[in-house]
Amino acid sequence: MRRGDARIWVPLALLFLATALLTGVLVGPVHLGAVNVVRGTFAHVFGLHSPLSGADDAILWELRLPRVILAAIVGGTLAAAGASYQGVFRNPLADPYLLGAAAGAGLGATIVVAYAHDSAFNGDLLPVAAFFGAGIAVVAAYVLGRSAGAAAGPAALVLAGVTIASFLTALQTFVQQQHVDTVQEVYSWLLGRLATTGWREVGIVLPYAVVAWVIIIAHRRLLDVLAVGDEEAASLGVNVARVRLFVVVAATIATAAAVAVAGLIAFVGIIVPHTIRLLVGGSYRLLLPLSVIVGAGFLVFADVIARTVMSPAELPIGVVTAFFGAPFFAVVLRTTRRTA
Amino acid sequence: MTALALHRVSVSLGGARILDSLSYEVERGEWVALIGPNGAGKTTALRAVAGLVPYDGRLDVFEHDAAGTARKELARQVALVPQVPLIPGDITVREYVLLGRTPYLGYFGTERRTDYRAVDAALDQLDLVPFAGRRLDTLSGGERQRATLARALAQDAPLLLLDEPTAALDMGRQQQVLEIVDRLRTNHGLTVVSTMHDLTLAGQYADRLLLLDGGRLVAAGGPDEVLTRALITEHYGAEVEVVDAPGSGFVVVPVRRSQ
Repeated sequence: MRRGDARIWVPLALLFLATALLTGVLVGPVHLGAVNVVRGTFAHVFGLHSPLSGADDAILWELRLPRVILAAIVGGTLAAAGASYQGVFRNPLADPYLLGAAAGAGLGATIVVAYAHDSAFNGDLLPVAAFFGAGIAVVAAYVLGRSAGAAAGPAALVLAGVTIASFLTALQTFVQQQHVDTVQEVYSWLLGRLATTGWREVGIVLPYAVVAWVIIIAHRRLLDVLAVGDEEAASLGVNVARVRLFVVVAATIATAAAVAVAGLIAFVGIIVPHTIRLLVGGSYRLLLPLSVIVGAGFLVFADVIARTVMSPAELPIGVVTAFFGAPFFAVVLRTTRRTA
Repeated sequence: MTALALHRVSVSLGGARILDSLSYEVERGEWVALIGPNGAGKTTALRAVAGLVPYDGRLDVFEHDAAGTARKELARQVALVPQVPLIPGDITVREYVLLGRTPYLGYFGTERRTDYRAVDAALDQLDLVPFAGRRLDTLSGGERQRATLARALAQDAPLLLLDEPTAALDMGRQQQVLEIVDRLRTNHGLTVVSTMHDLTLAGQYADRLLLLDGGRLVAAGGPDEVLTRALITEHYGAEVEVVDAPGSGFVVVPVRRSQ
């Protein structure tokens, strides 16, 4: 297979995503049937009569589809955000939580769980608090990183992110220790969860995700230019600071939205882009669109595993992404090293 | 027509004056080499011309004030090949050379057929066609240098700035790269300004040499005027002999006196 050939890799990635979506909708305690699932979905989308019975139709449209679609959006967002951060910071270990987004979201969520536990608004407040926590953390990291001066470059921003993250994690741990009764709930959120109540979560995350995808993918060529370094990119006529700002803002808003509805899902933003780099190549022109598609499929599959291996209990999806993702990545790393 | 005119150009970085009131003119089609000891300000002079450091004074590129030229427009006039280019290992030579077309594209634009043609021509000029699909990190030092030159050529800028184009290359590759630059200069009517450590090569390839020391221009002219034992001893603090080798210019040889 030729590296970097969009005509091969994009259809392959789409096939992977379609398989994941279908698997995600089909797997569950109640058998629905592949044909009925597809026809039932089309019926809802186009306002036609569904072939499924009332109860089965509700399982499809109110339970499984929202969850599968949410997993796809969150996965695609985290993977694209990871690839973007790796590009603008030229750091292969950069991930969507790099600039303190995870720590900020964690603190926001912990505060809501701890102080508004019995309030009726708890469920509504948590994503909002997580979103703002992530946003504030990243703004703080950005301001701190810029204070080191433009000459300090992307490394200053990464260090600022680590600093802010440590500080916020300390606060979060403190709040958590003060409210031991809610540890379990905070913990389950920190490990990531894809629980849905109908289409509500999809509605929350979708606008941010779509805007972020569009902005990130629109910058794919410029991210290739950034790969040659800030100074060389500038000598090619690129306003490096502006590109970095746009991409970081888009990736961060998307991350904050994903974290708000799904908690902290580790590893997707690292493993998906790097797997694509090893198989397809490092040009962002293909890497970014493929990250969205493959990231979506990856998280849908991970969620299927999370729902089934200990059924009826559920594994936290963050555990699944790391537990299955790490060995998978190890295999990809080994096999591509041998053929390279 | 002057390709480059510097009038009292000074650069200060972190409170230190790196370049001190440099005035000089480079004619179109010339090859001018900046020489001088480490820290003389050679690289800073190139970076100022490329618009990468703020400077005092006036700097004209093809008779237009560079300070009033938009970044993208300047990138169509001036191509810079840094001494140690950051090589993104996991992209192909072709993808890398394509980056040279950046100044011709809109913010969200993508390359058109003319851009791909320019890339093909640049790859062909530097004998990189067989390498086009190879990853950059699988290339040797000389091949990488050619890839970087191809990128600069694809940029289609009439003024080419080369920072130590032969650093880290063996003797044969050094000659090869400089011959390529000279050929490109002739075929494409380019003006070349390069920094050089190797004074013999500088004298062989450049039309004129500028000797910088401590940010100041201390000597300028043809190799016979600048490559003198007195100037080199004074500014490099080196013991040298300058040998006139008929047919190939001056050869600067370090000598060891203390034995």
